[in-house]
Amino acid sequence: MSGAMEADRPTPCLPGERPRPVSPNIQNYRPQLTSVLSILNRVTGLLLSVCAVMLVVWLVAGAAGPQAYAAVQGAISSWIGRIVLFGATLAFFFHLCGGIRHLVWDSVHGFELRSIYISGWAVVAATLALTAAAWIAGGIMGR
Amino acid sequence: MRRQDMRSPLARAMGLGSARKGVGHWWAQRISAVALVPLTLWFVAEIIVHLGSDYGAFTAWMKSPTVALLMILLLVALFHHTALGLQVVIEDYVHSSAKFAGVLVAHLGCCALAVAGILATLKIAFGR
Repeated sequence: MSGAMEADRPTPCLPGERPRPVSPNIQNYRPQLTSVLSILNRVTGLLLSVCAVMLVVWLVAGAAGPQAYAAVQGAISSWIGRIVLFGATLAFFFHLCGGIRHLVWDSVHGFELRSIYISGWAVVAATLALTAAAWIAGGIMGR
Repeated sequence: MRRQDMRSPLARAMGLGSARKGVGHWWAQRISAVALVPLTLWFVAEIIVHLGSDYGAFTAWMKSPTVALLMILLLVALFHHTALGLQVVIEDYVHSSAKFAGVLVAHLGCCALAVAGILATLKIAFGR
């Protein structure tokens, strides 16, 4: 415990000067909808960067020929591939809805605490609904 | 900030040239985000519609000028947005000399991936 306190010590200062205020680390706060959605927007952004690489791999395989394309399609169709694709769909719809929420904020709307919670839960609901809708549609089309 | 200097916060900010490139970065992130809303939804919808199709159907789809155009627009907006986003994440968490290298790799990597994706799209679109 004392070790952690030592690490959190503020910037060294001149004798007689008051230490600069420092904000506590993230784990000292109780998770809230607002903070969790903010963190998730960044995490899903990072995950979607990896998905963007996979998109290019898919396109390059398509350009390389039928064998390469079949290999990539086979990997996507595997159980691991499907789980990854489901996670990618979830991350995509979350980042899309969260991004639209940010664009609304950029237009100087919805800053009241009540609006922030309403839009936050709307993002959660829309993400789950759109992911479910995409996979149900995929299940029907892929038949 | 651990490194202290004798300058006032204003002088430090002016020396770094704040409020010059920051707005441009912020604005580019928003423009690419707005472009990505219809482009990514189009892509997801197309993937769902074409599920289970073979290589011939895939290339036939990519040979449509509309599809090739939207695919290239998607790649440009996607990797521009990705580079800007990754830069912010790197700048937030990396404070060593690796920061510059990280931002460089993010931008050059995204540029290379976008060009690779565009080339692949064009090859399929104009191929036999």
